[in-house]
Amino acid sequence: MRKNWWKILAACMVSASVVAGFIGPVPELHILNESIRNVYFHVPMWFTMLTLYLISVINSIKYLNSGDIKHDMLAVEAVNTGIIFCAFGLLTGMQWANITWGEPWPNDPKLNGSAIATLMYLAYLVLRNALDEEQKRAKISAVYNIFAFPIMVVLLYILPKLTDSLHPGNGGNSTFGDLDMDNYMRPVFYTAVIGWILTGSWVCTLRYRLRLLENKANKIQ
Amino acid sequence: MKKISLALAFVLFSICTFAQDNTVEMATGLRSSGKIWVVVGVILTIVIGMYIYLFTIDKKVKKLEDK
Repeated sequence: MRKNWWKILAACMVSASVVAGFIGPVPELHILNESIRNVYFHVPMWFTMLTLYLISVINSIKYLNSGDIKHDMLAVEAVNTGIIFCAFGLLTGMQWANITWGEPWPNDPKLNGSAIATLMYLAYLVLRNALDEEQKRAKISAVYNIFAFPIMVVLLYILPKLTDSLHPGNGGNSTFGDLDMDNYMRPVFYTAVIGWILTGSWVCTLRYRLRLLENKANKIQ
Repeated sequence: MKKISLALAFVLFSICTFAQDNTVEMATGLRSSGKIWVVVGVILTIVIGMYIYLFTIDKKVKKLEDK
């Protein structure tokens, strides 16, 4: 149980963010109204995805350095979990955009960037399935992953800041920090982000451990 | 006199609409009636249930690893 403290912490933090997210005070803004509370649920999905992809790219580099297949396994499972959070981020974003921006998919650079980034990571998984030989698959996909990560960061976090985007903090829009003058949203938001990142990492380690077991079982046969 | 009172009425009317425009519609009714806690309760049930489920999966994987 001593090693599991962070899993309990993840559960407590997400639960706390749900309670504080619905009950706590929020700035009263036009158009957004109560939907500003989505910040506590939609944004952490993307932060979790980013963390998982970062874990993946670090392990891809580690694999290329050491040649240890375990690093490759962790890299692919991090992407597998990250893509789930990416899907949650897209779906929740579309629901929120529908009521605030008038349509689920306005032509926003951040949205289109996220679509390209999603396809890039789906291509990573397809690429892996196309290669049969274990060493070759690990090496090619590790190199692909190292290229994909910085492009994803540019598409999601740099390009939208340079052009006009509907998202806060992009293209001259005020950030949520400016809207949240009294700073009562900040602690809840950070609790939610850390809680969800821990949850995502937990699911990722579960998948990784299962893959190790599967690998062991395949070797015995 | 009639014109002035009419103008005054229009001015007051415009103030009224201006005041309405300034208030942002929030779900204060849901909050004051305490029914928001029902929503919180439902989502907490789902979230905590999800974590309990994750813990049972964790235990199962642990068991397999120890074999």
